[in-house]
Amino acid sequence: MEILVCVKRVPDTSENEIEVNRDGTDIERDDLVYSVNEWDNYAVEEAIRIRDRVGGSVTVVSVGDEEAEEVVRREMAMGADKGILLSDDAFEGSDGRGIAAILKAEVKRGNYDLVLTGAQADDGAAQVGGMLAAMLDWPFASLVNFIEFVDDKKIKVGREIAGGNQEMYEIDLPCVLSIQTGINEPRYVSIRGIRKVASLEIPVHTARDLGISPGSVGEAGAKTKCLDYFVPELGDGAQILEGSTDEIIDKLIELLKAKGGIK
Amino acid sequence: MARQVFAYIIHKDGVADDTALELIAAAGKLDPDASVTAVVAGDGSELDSVCNEVASSFAEVWKIDTPALAYVTSEVLRPLLVRILPKHGIVLVPHDHFGMDLAPGLSIKLDAVYLTDAVDFEGIDNGKLKAVREEYTGQVSTHVLSDISEGAVITVRPGSFKADESKSGEGNIIDKTAEAIEGGLPGGACRFLEIVEAEVGDVDITKSDILVSVGRGIEDEDNLEMIHELAEAMGGDVSCSRPIVDAKWLEKSRQVGTSGRTVTPKVYMALGISGAFQHVGGLKGSSFVIAINKNPRAPIFKVADVGIVDDILDFIPELTERINELKG
Repeated sequence: MEILVCVKRVPDTSENEIEVNRDGTDIERDDLVYSVNEWDNYAVEEAIRIRDRVGGSVTVVSVGDEEAEEVVRREMAMGADKGILLSDDAFEGSDGRGIAAILKAEVKRGNYDLVLTGAQADDGAAQVGGMLAAMLDWPFASLVNFIEFVDDKKIKVGREIAGGNQEMYEIDLPCVLSIQTGINEPRYVSIRGIRKVASLEIPVHTARDLGISPGSVGEAGAKTKCLDYFVPELGDGAQILEGSTDEIIDKLIELLKAKGGIK
Repeated sequence: MARQVFAYIIHKDGVADDTALELIAAAGKLDPDASVTAVVAGDGSELDSVCNEVASSFAEVWKIDTPALAYVTSEVLRPLLVRILPKHGIVLVPHDHFGMDLAPGLSIKLDAVYLTDAVDFEGIDNGKLKAVREEYTGQVSTHVLSDISEGAVITVRPGSFKADESKSGEGNIIDKTAEAIEGGLPGGACRFLEIVEAEVGDVDITKSDILVSVGRGIEDEDNLEMIHELAEAMGGDVSCSRPIVDAKWLEKSRQVGTSGRTVTPKVYMALGISGAFQHVGGLKGSSFVIAINKNPRAPIFKVADVGIVDDILDFIPELTERINELKG
């Protein structure tokens, strides 16, 4: 089974409070801690588990600059066999469709049975996997929280739907799946593990390598464009209790009693 | 000619989803002059009752009626929609587990712009739509400009637009089935098997009056003990947000949200929960919501009645102690 996993480097929301920069053109990126998108990390873990069961190889790919390479390397330290970086000035400012088009070109260069993406990203739109599948004319399932290998032509897949229920499908390979968090427990990556892959070469593929005409992707090809960032209005919002911790607890306990919050 | 907007109607057991009327409001905000058509897919009498229901709200209803859609899957539906939808139309789809599956591929096949998870629209200028989205679980918002002059597929966040119950449509139901299935039924490479129902846990949080709900802010599994102690002091049950279930610290049956349980307690304590819309979507009814979070801009404060800006790891043990003192 040849598996490609698409990953993205994103600000780590569990490590940062995200704020808007001074002129509202972007989030404040100074001092942000970045990591691999959480959903993508589950996808890589799942790919490694499938490979360990049925054989084959796992390739991790990311569209981005040399900083994205660190994310690819981290996922190789988890156990992916190969990494590829898709990098070109022409890719900058791509919208979701542009990213999907770049990834499609890379998929076409290989001989993959299965392509995994994260179901979404904190700074994204839950779109790339579904677009990529449509561009490839491959079947697609989103929010996947279960994968079972049936034979080398098909897999059994569970999708998370409302209320914690699950839709089960049988899907022919090759296909694209977007992975939901919780499908597995991603392994820990040690410093030693990262050192072991530190010297491995990660090939860089450019627009020319991929046969992509520069105007079709990047900012030039983007049909959606982010104009500005702003802090959402709180609306009526919560009444914020203030004072010392003791005073706050006094007020809170009165409220809990009044609202039936203490039995 | 008025702009054509199509609203995809999600339904279950012969009843349209709440998002049906929200999409009318969204279409009206997108373009007040638009003519809005409901698109409903399914099978037999359940489909007919949904069509009749939405016909009283929409000017026009298009239906696709085939046994292949007795359970609607996006891999079967998507190619059928591509056959019937006009080029350059605007298609609105709820941003839920179904919309997320259907819509990205639909935009590619219609060669239309894709805009996801819109929470508001601020007008169209020269063919370009200005929409509002949220990023980083609602910590920041963005204005996004999309050229919709050659069509668009737009997913709309459930609950963002207030359901439009005012309009009385003409009830004109048009059967598009023949056009949709001409050329055969697709989706053979992705075969729906069954629904696996969620497991029932040891506690049914949908019946709890008091829920002490914990999120990522608890940081470590060992710290969960303080949540159980607070719940016990208050006489409530422990529930949680998604990251706690993903980490396998609590069972799935305790998860509040659109992919977990929908709850209606009298009092809901959101502890270290950021308040992603998928979580808040699981809170229905008139719960009194108390949010405690160290990030003053956590979106949970938008929906809470009362907020406390503090680290739950410091605050909770003190609160529990005081409640226990009170109860003697």
